[in-house]
Amino acid sequence: MSSDQDHLKETDTEARFEFKKEEKSAFEAEKGLTEETIRVISEDKDEPEWMLERRLRALEQYHEMPMPDDWPGAPDISEVDVDEIVPYIRPDIETRGGVDDWNDLPEEIQDTFDKLGIPEAEKNALSGVGAQYESEIVYQNMQERWEEKGVIFCDMDKAVQEHEEIVEEYFMTKAVPPSDNKFAALHGAIWSGGSFVYVPEDTTVDMPVQAYFRMNSDGMGQFEHTLIIAEEGSEVHYIEGCSAPKYSEFNLHSGGVEVFVKEGAHVQYSTVQNWSKNTYNLNTKRAIAEADATMEWVSGSMGSKATMLYPSTILKGPGATDNHITIAMAGEGQDIDTGAKVYHNAPDTKSTIESKSIAKDGGRTNYRGLVHMANGAEGASTSVECDALMFDNDSTSDTMPYMEIQENEVDVAHEATVGKIGDEDVFYLQSRGLDDDDAKQMIVAGFIEPITEELPIEYAVELNRLIELEMEGSLG
Amino acid sequence: MAVLEIDNLQAKVAEDGGEQILEGVDLDVESGEIHALMGPNGSGKSTLAKVIAGHPAYEVTGGEVRFHIEEDEFEDIEVPADLQTWDLLDLEPNERAALGIFLAFQYPAEIEGVTMVNFLRTALNAKLEEREELFEDEDEEDEAEADEGGDTKEDAAGYDTSPMEGPADEGEVGVAEFQEILQAKMEQLDMDEKFANRYLNAGFSGGEKKQNEVLQAAILEPSVAVLDEIDSGLDIDRLQDVSQGINALRDEQGAGILQITHYQRILDYVEPDHVHVMLDGEIAKSGGAELAETLEDEGYDWVREEVYEAA
Repeated sequence: MSSDQDHLKETDTEARFEFKKEEKSAFEAEKGLTEETIRVISEDKDEPEWMLERRLRALEQYHEMPMPDDWPGAPDISEVDVDEIVPYIRPDIETRGGVDDWNDLPEEIQDTFDKLGIPEAEKNALSGVGAQYESEIVYQNMQERWEEKGVIFCDMDKAVQEHEEIVEEYFMTKAVPPSDNKFAALHGAIWSGGSFVYVPEDTTVDMPVQAYFRMNSDGMGQFEHTLIIAEEGSEVHYIEGCSAPKYSEFNLHSGGVEVFVKEGAHVQYSTVQNWSKNTYNLNTKRAIAEADATMEWVSGSMGSKATMLYPSTILKGPGATDNHITIAMAGEGQDIDTGAKVYHNAPDTKSTIESKSIAKDGGRTNYRGLVHMANGAEGASTSVECDALMFDNDSTSDTMPYMEIQENEVDVAHEATVGKIGDEDVFYLQSRGLDDDDAKQMIVAGFIEPITEELPIEYAVELNRLIELEMEGSLG
Repeated sequence: MAVLEIDNLQAKVAEDGGEQILEGVDLDVESGEIHALMGPNGSGKSTLAKVIAGHPAYEVTGGEVRFHIEEDEFEDIEVPADLQTWDLLDLEPNERAALGIFLAFQYPAEIEGVTMVNFLRTALNAKLEEREELFEDEDEEDEAEADEGGDTKEDAAGYDTSPMEGPADEGEVGVAEFQEILQAKMEQLDMDEKFANRYLNAGFSGGEKKQNEVLQAAILEPSVAVLDEIDSGLDIDRLQDVSQGINALRDEQGAGILQITHYQRILDYVEPDHVHVMLDGEIAKSGGAELAETLEDEGYDWVREEVYEAA
């Protein structure tokens, strides 16, 4: 780390520390998520008035809305206690101290970093010491490279300051309004951090834009917001998150992702994420695709205690296309409820959903998907394919595809397969010299190959390694 | 030189009340020999093949399967005197493979997403590694561990194989080297190059799968190969290719072959030194190549009668 960054880090830490000291008692007296909490966050970030108003409005909606606990087969999230979680949002020197010290990370996380072969410097970044600053450097490099073309890639908090007009127009107004669901509302109230990407008309960003390590030392990153705007005819591939586990003392991650794909534009959003096993991962991700635009979601969901995640796309303009490729893996005590939602609101729109899940050691995976074909979406077509792979008789996998078809002239295909990992397949590979574990890993690697081939090589490698680690049971 | 020695082998389906299938099989297969194993459906031929390879669906209820290897069996490792005889039934399937047992399946598994080239290289390296572990004495083991410690940094520096698979360890066959091996073997078997990048057996025709089994044997270089109905579903051209591959296993690599078949046809191309007839889970009769011809003409009933009369 250069001396510049060291300097940055020190002053920043100090500032927060002092602020914290002053405010501590008053703030901690508040229980639960209150208006005051929100005001403090907004003030802390020196936000414009409109953002504070949006946060407060979202907070109201949060309190009004019910928990999504009446869905058939929904994961049990009754343990999620926002009142307990929210006070941690404020920079807290004790929490920070805990996360900053590599040795204080749980052993399973340390182990994972070691097994992933992540070098010391990155370990430090991942453990929280320099994540924010490391990220800043990435942003900075990107900015220099693309700024001539008008591409913006920066931290979301910074975007509120420096690109206020764009943010004000798009931020939780069109794609993910707080009214969408209880956790979208929670996110709208307490969001912090995240990425902002803006690509001007007819501009192709020909290398993936990556927000690689994003763990925040102050623990605010668990409610990060990502806003991507691709203007007409532009193209960008955004990759979010690192595949290394994000350790958090919180047990709730509630992120928000909004993607705007204008006419003829092409956006790919890829993410490989692995959460600590005490985390409830409840996100809202939505794209709006205009005429002839293409949106692609590629995601690997690993870790967490329960995940509810259904990236969705509204195909708003004629000829728009949406593709989803998702993979989920659930081990002991995990309930991964994930899928996709697509709204075909215009003629000749196309979508494909390819969902793969792996369940082992009594874990549960569920595909929950919705395809909506609006009246007037003539010539629209969709194809949904879900494959589940199970390792043992204790694991379960469900498929819950919902199709709402209001138009006759459409083409709808759904296919689901559920299989137990075949003894014959394993034996075949064993008879060729692979041991039992390697044989199973090879079968799983093949199973997820459609996803790994969509990802840049370093992500594909890490996804494969993560799955290997999960299968060895070394992640706990 | 290697010998597979099957002695009074008995086996049943591995479940409560599972049917007894092998009733006491005696059979020796030596390096360089070709044995044909014939017999009607349900006589236990495929079960024997699977039990030799260690399939978990069968439970051995009696008898022994031993494997003798002489010190010069492997190019890369000298087999110590005390490790020349193995009780195969005590070993995992992959350990049996490492010792040089190969089973060509009648119905090979189809594994989506795993390319032939990736699979075969992984299998070859896994086999070499396992073999090393099986024959390594303790002193060498310590040395090897010490070596590994020294190599770690070098490995971490970069991938000298494919980044998808991680760095090649000491003694592993790298991607480029393997491509050459594979290409040569595929040419020998008259297989299209494009097979290398197809998924393992996925969408292969019956004939292509059989050819692929022989290809795998050619690459893994077994001491004894058990070929379970390798000739079924082959047209005449493919039958010749496959036969040529089997002969090469014996002639060039010195493998012993146990060929399970229903038909004389393949034996015209792969001439057996010994022919055995299996009936009701036992070897009922053995003879030379002429026995196969008699069976082709007269079926199995006369063998059955002969056996019952003798009893």
